[in-house]
Amino acid sequence: MSAPKRIGKSTVQFSNPPVIVATASVVGPKEGEGPLGKTFDMVTQDSYFGQESWEKAERKMLEEAVKMVINKARLKPQDIDVFLAGDLLNQTISANYAARTLGIPFLGLYGACSTMYESMAIASMIIDGGFAHHVVTAVSSHYDTAERQYRFPTEQGVQRPQTAQWTVSGAAAVLLAPAGNGPRITHATIGKVVDAGIKDPNDMGSAMAPAAVDTIVRNFQDTGRSPVDYDLIVTGDLGKVGHTIATKLLQQQQYDVSNNYNDCGIMIYDHERQDTHAGGSGCACSGVVFAGHLMGQFNNGKIKRMLGVGTGALLSPTAIQQGESIPGIGHGVVIEML
Amino acid sequence: MANNKQQGPPKKPLTLTEQVMQQKQAYDQKAYKQLADSVKPKNNVLVNAINAFWVGGTISAIGQIITLMFTANGLPPKDAASATVIVMVFLGTFLTGLGVYDRIGKMAGAGSIIPITGFANSIVSPAMEYKREGFVFGVAAKMFSIAGPVLVYGFIISVVIGLIAYLIS
Amino acid sequence: MSVVMAFIIGGLICLVGQLIMDLTPYNVTPAHILVGFVTGGAVLSALGIYGPLVKIGGAGATIPISGFGHTLAQGTLEAVQSQGLLGAFTGGVTAGAAGVAAAVIFGYVIAVLFNPQG
Repeated sequence: MSAPKRIGKSTVQFSNPPVIVATASVVGPKEGEGPLGKTFDMVTQDSYFGQESWEKAERKMLEEAVKMVINKARLKPQDIDVFLAGDLLNQTISANYAARTLGIPFLGLYGACSTMYESMAIASMIIDGGFAHHVVTAVSSHYDTAERQYRFPTEQGVQRPQTAQWTVSGAAAVLLAPAGNGPRITHATIGKVVDAGIKDPNDMGSAMAPAAVDTIVRNFQDTGRSPVDYDLIVTGDLGKVGHTIATKLLQQQQYDVSNNYNDCGIMIYDHERQDTHAGGSGCACSGVVFAGHLMGQFNNGKIKRMLGVGTGALLSPTAIQQGESIPGIGHGVVIEML
Repeated sequence: MANNKQQGPPKKPLTLTEQVMQQKQAYDQKAYKQLADSVKPKNNVLVNAINAFWVGGTISAIGQIITLMFTANGLPPKDAASATVIVMVFLGTFLTGLGVYDRIGKMAGAGSIIPITGFANSIVSPAMEYKREGFVFGVAAKMFSIAGPVLVYGFIISVVIGLIAYLIS
Repeated sequence: MSVVMAFIIGGLICLVGQLIMDLTPYNVTPAHILVGFVTGGAVLSALGIYGPLVKIGGAGATIPISGFGHTLAQGTLEAVQSQGLLGAFTGGVTAGAAGVAAAVIFGYVIAVLFNPQG
């Protein structure tokens, strides 16, 4: 039993790279006011999105993004073979209830904020393996639902330390198919859980950076590539702190990424004006930046090949209270306009 | 990682847990925390301290003005103090309801946490947020997520003080 | 004048709390600060240190949550003198009743009337 599609130690190379046929993004007002505001398909009026609770608002954002991506590809929900989705809430309720509404065969995922790239990697395997024609992957996160689950109620008067990140409110959906027009997913490097011993839930960037670096380095080793082979290396939500650490860690291993490495958490907000401290975070952070801004860059030829690494802090308030540290994970996907 | 193949028979193979711990320590040994700390932006201690001082002071001064008003209206000092606490608690809850107190707290930190208004804020904010989970398990239960520990330890210490005072006398 | 003293004493108490939050390596949350200051205030009060502070600072010492600890401690001490052992149990809770009842009532009403804005 050999695995002909594996290269190196831990990377998958697709023989018929799946195509990203369409993407869709829905964001909250704060993201809409940010520097990438114009690249998103829909900006909601407020954080409630016409719903009575933030959890329901997040779910609706996810549903809207999925409906939009299916429409953009001129398909119907019945045409989708598998729906892969996840979010940050306990029991991934946004994804589960969105799947209830959509009625598409569903695989629920949890990779914390790395879920967008995790789902794209799995979707590509499903398609390249010949198990499905059309796969929709989607993620969501919401500032107010995440704050109250992971930290404090939103109206509590607490100070956010400078290392804290701002959870992106929004949802992103990506539709993949074996053929069509659009950039293709050529490789996937599955992340390892790496724990650097960080215990501060207000400092996720430092907790995730080692996992992202681990995945990036393994991708270089397995594909025989170096940083210059990519127009862009982008991590999901390391923020300013994690971005600086990741750059330094890569430098220690003799990889110079100073020219083409960016982070979605840095790109999505104007940190001085929007008071977001170290940057954005959440499933939707890497999701909407990819579905909006980065897809735009592919379509107008600004980037031809990128390595995207979705980063997740596998944070649990219960585990933290019991003295555990925060493990991180990073899933890498190579996307290329062939 | 586990290199137990090369190390010969006397060494027992590492269990999975030990491997995980080793991996964690490998990172600690790499002085990762030091690297992370060198990168982290520092909280501005001086600005925070000044903000905590003047906001905490202002809230206390408002309390003092209210106390003076009560005593001017003929309330004995002890009752005036109690009445002041009630008014201040009301102000804290009301400003939280209006969505103002979290903004004060963002700037003032301990300056708005420590005054009794901050205690009120810590009661209303979870109660309001969990209203969608109902009026028993939501509002009423979550109300005490922070105030509960305060009351528990406050009552314990007061009883302990009472017992000591009783034994001494 | 008493207003100025309240400003200074209240400000200083909060300043101590802020320095504890910023300068200790632990993740000190508001809950830790509140619990710490209530117990600290009660102990200082029982040792006879907090009382003079209230004389100087007025509301500056009673409005910070450490003043709630002071109220609890003084209530207990008085009750022990008048009632003995039973007072150790009733004194603190009785003295703190105004603050606790107000917090519960206003907290509940406001939570029912308002919605969080995020």
